[in-house]
Amino acid sequence: MRIAKFFGISLAVLVSIAPIGASAQRSGAKTPLKTVIARSDVRELPADQQIIQALSRLSFGAKPGDILKVRAIGLDNWIDQQLHPEKINDDALNSFVANYSALNQDQNDLLRQYAEQQRERREVKRERADTTKPLTADEIAQMRQLQQQANSRRQVVTQLQSSRVARAVASERQLQEVMTDFWENHFNIYAAKGAPEPYYIVDFDQNVIRPNALGKFRDLLEAVAKSPAMLFYLDNARSMADSTQPTLRDPNQLQRVRPVPFGRGGFGAIMRTANEMQRQQQQQQQQQQQRQRQGLNENYGRELLELHTLGVDGGYTQQDVINVARAFTGWTIKPPAQGGGFVFRPQVHDAGEKVVLGHKLRAGRGMEDAEDVLDILAKSPATAHFISFKLARRFVSDSPSKALVDHAARVYLRTDGDIREVVRSIITSPEFFSQQAFRSKVKSPFEVVVSAMRALNAPPDTSPRTAQVIAYLGQPIFGHQAPNGWPETGESWMNTGAILNRINFGMAAAAGRLPGVDIRDLPALDTIRSAPREKQVDAVVAAILNGMVSPDTRAVLLSGEHPMLGAGSGNIPPLSGLPQILGLALGSPEFQRH
Amino acid sequence: MERRAFVKSGALALVTMGLSPTFLRRTAFGMELFNAPKGKVLICLFQRGAADALNIVVPHGEKAYYAMRPSIAIPQPSRNAIGGAIDLDGFFGLHPALAPLKPLYDRKLLAAVHAVGSPSTTRSHFDAQDYMETGTPDNKGTADGWLNRYLAVKGTCDECNLAKTPFRAVSMTPQTPRILEGTSATVAMNSLDEFSVRATGSSAERLEALYRTGSADLVHGTGAEMFDAVKMLRAANPQKYLPQNGADYPRSQFGLRLLQIAQLIKANVGLEIAFADVGGWDTHVNQGSSTGQLAQRLDDFSRSIAALVTDLGDKMDDVVILTMSEFGRMARENGNRGTDHGHAGALFVIGGHVKGGKVHGRWPGLEQEQLFEGRDLALTTDFRSVFAEVVSDHLGARALDRIFPGFAAAPRDFLGLV
Repeated sequence: MRIAKFFGISLAVLVSIAPIGASAQRSGAKTPLKTVIARSDVRELPADQQIIQALSRLSFGAKPGDILKVRAIGLDNWIDQQLHPEKINDDALNSFVANYSALNQDQNDLLRQYAEQQRERREVKRERADTTKPLTADEIAQMRQLQQQANSRRQVVTQLQSSRVARAVASERQLQEVMTDFWENHFNIYAAKGAPEPYYIVDFDQNVIRPNALGKFRDLLEAVAKSPAMLFYLDNARSMADSTQPTLRDPNQLQRVRPVPFGRGGFGAIMRTANEMQRQQQQQQQQQQQRQRQGLNENYGRELLELHTLGVDGGYTQQDVINVARAFTGWTIKPPAQGGGFVFRPQVHDAGEKVVLGHKLRAGRGMEDAEDVLDILAKSPATAHFISFKLARRFVSDSPSKALVDHAARVYLRTDGDIREVVRSIITSPEFFSQQAFRSKVKSPFEVVVSAMRALNAPPDTSPRTAQVIAYLGQPIFGHQAPNGWPETGESWMNTGAILNRINFGMAAAAGRLPGVDIRDLPALDTIRSAPREKQVDAVVAAILNGMVSPDTRAVLLSGEHPMLGAGSGNIPPLSGLPQILGLALGSPEFQRH
Repeated sequence: MERRAFVKSGALALVTMGLSPTFLRRTAFGMELFNAPKGKVLICLFQRGAADALNIVVPHGEKAYYAMRPSIAIPQPSRNAIGGAIDLDGFFGLHPALAPLKPLYDRKLLAAVHAVGSPSTTRSHFDAQDYMETGTPDNKGTADGWLNRYLAVKGTCDECNLAKTPFRAVSMTPQTPRILEGTSATVAMNSLDEFSVRATGSSAERLEALYRTGSADLVHGTGAEMFDAVKMLRAANPQKYLPQNGADYPRSQFGLRLLQIAQLIKANVGLEIAFADVGGWDTHVNQGSSTGQLAQRLDDFSRSIAALVTDLGDKMDDVVILTMSEFGRMARENGNRGTDHGHAGALFVIGGHVKGGKVHGRWPGLEQEQLFEGRDLALTTDFRSVFAEVVSDHLGARALDRIFPGFAAAPRDFLGLV
């Protein structure tokens, strides 16, 4: 049953209101393109529902008072503000985020420390291996310290997860947060891939995704391609030219170092020593490179084409996958002891000629190979279409119309992959403000929890608790192992088990089991604690569900009975009165949609 | 979060059913719960991530195999050296970590099929898994999975009376897998602690339907007894379940899921189709040889399956276990002692009436000109042929053209697995 049916808004009313809502948009930039497309730009939704729609999709849900705020500054102005996060003051959040101790240290320093710890641990193990003596106090202390260091690595992930939730809950730059969520799923990283990944992901979140979330797709793509997080996750850091291919500095040439003549004393002797040392060094380097030159790894090359840019039907071949992987050989990570940043190693770069998607990359070049590949991919109409489709699916509906996606893809190509403009075209489109799109998306677990925190006016918290709740609901942050990321459509989140968990989440939130949640922060509810049940239901529906509720859900809220609720028997007492209504509202189907 | 606090407790369900605690205890310890007619059971196990078939069912008689995998090949079987392949027939051998499966092969309960897979040339995990689960390679428009189509085609079989049980098809996964999506009702559960029912109907209506009627069915509908049964299983603490015949399940997620499948089969709740999956097969880097990354995955995989077979004992007469993975991996090892995405793979069919003790399928060879696209094991058996044979000859399904549309499943082409 569609929710809209219950609200008693006839289509006639909608049509009569629609032109008012649309006027602002129509007075905007009229490009020749629009007249060619001949798409209707009438906003179907009445003005207030347009605001609800925008707040649900461009933010993680309305906080109390948000609707009034947006109405006051004008919806189109608010959207424009959100598209320019750099102009929105977010000092309060920034000073809050400063509380995360592990995130505010230099991650390269942490990585160096980690490398040092690993070395120490190996030493301790070696020393202990050949002795049966009981541990000395010093050794015990040392081992304890090592254990603490391992814990601190886990803490990096925990704090990053917590900060992702806190930012989504409290940032004024809501669209920026939504886009961060979108891109971190598009460019999925798995925190448990291996020991250094936690440090890499902090950099990924702070310096790779966030600064580029509304920038040019080409810049974002390169930042991701160079990020240690991705280089490690999809194994490109270990991919090297096959032994059959030339590299930039052919190790064989090193052998042609001219021997230094012997027998000249004094200065000559010193020269010889220096030269011999150099030669020795070169030989060592050479041996090391031979050892290192293991060959190609296609993992990143394939997912770059399939998941990051062209899409699986984007018209590439297995040979393209191989050649993209060859172009990216040498794009790797410095050792943890050196801070682990991006580095290009010409000596393992495949310098042979390659053809990628019909473009020839001539032989003998270095980093330019992969730079060109990124250019080719970022400019491809297939990429424009794939990115537009995913954005339209995120913002408008699980199955966006071809017209909308095509339109957005044209904007992508016209603006040289300007994400801000592609997003703008989607979120100001008539489809975005259509009856069909309104409340048609099912929230992901992340969206459910964050929108509940926002609806309840809860302050962000630094504890791992809220992120744990999201994980419990099925979406651990940076916890998706496969590179395709979490499902972006509602289908995947809907089954009885999930509904049950969401109902229980609502009850737990209302029972004060979420940090920071306190009904006293909700003036609209705090004042009706002793009102009759029906009044309380009305107030909760107005405050939490934007006044929209089906007769079924209303009946549940009034009676306090739902087949999935049993007698409370655990350590959370059964709720009654206002908290119970609130909990049931948070678990209702209406709250799961947006 | 304390979810149980809000769900009807097992004790409550017990009272409503008027059953004795003794009965509850019997259930927990693996006794029969109901007298559903004994039917055939198919357990499908998906290895997600493309398992490396050439190091699982090892062609140790193939020179090219050793030439192409200098650092990761499994050594030839040898009495003296440890870590060699476990010989099956003089040409093929099992990875040493699959030792727990060797007795099943010897008892002719286990058959391997090599060079089997999807005719689609995709090397995308996600597309290939999709094709294997919908049963329609290269067709992304298929809405339902082939196991669900089997349920629909077999329909309400009077003699077996199975359609009445909500536990006819159970997936031990948090979400309903593609292979079980479709019009027939199925159950997906992470564990017996957390079960869920997939409502039918359009996706637009599903959320509300689940909230309204799906949940009502759960308590008041035809499946009420069965759900109460599961509630009891859950309340009785699956940890206390005692596997039979000395079966020893690994304490891994996969092992525990197979344990719970055994529990459901023994509880006699009318289970016909069970599904579980296990990840970690995407071995691009350092996959290892006789030991290492892949060996660890195989150790868990084989010990779990061996425990399931041991635990089920005589019941294996009615059970077939079918393993699958979306594609195989490159014949040559890559630059990182791992393997990139390939083409054909291998699978196992295990059961009391399986024609085991044999590696089925035509072996295409590994010489350069025999490889698919010059790099991968070539395909000689379409996976649909194996799946069709199993549903037809084990489960008794007809109308194979409706279960595998677009595939001419001719019994004369079947490999003779069951």
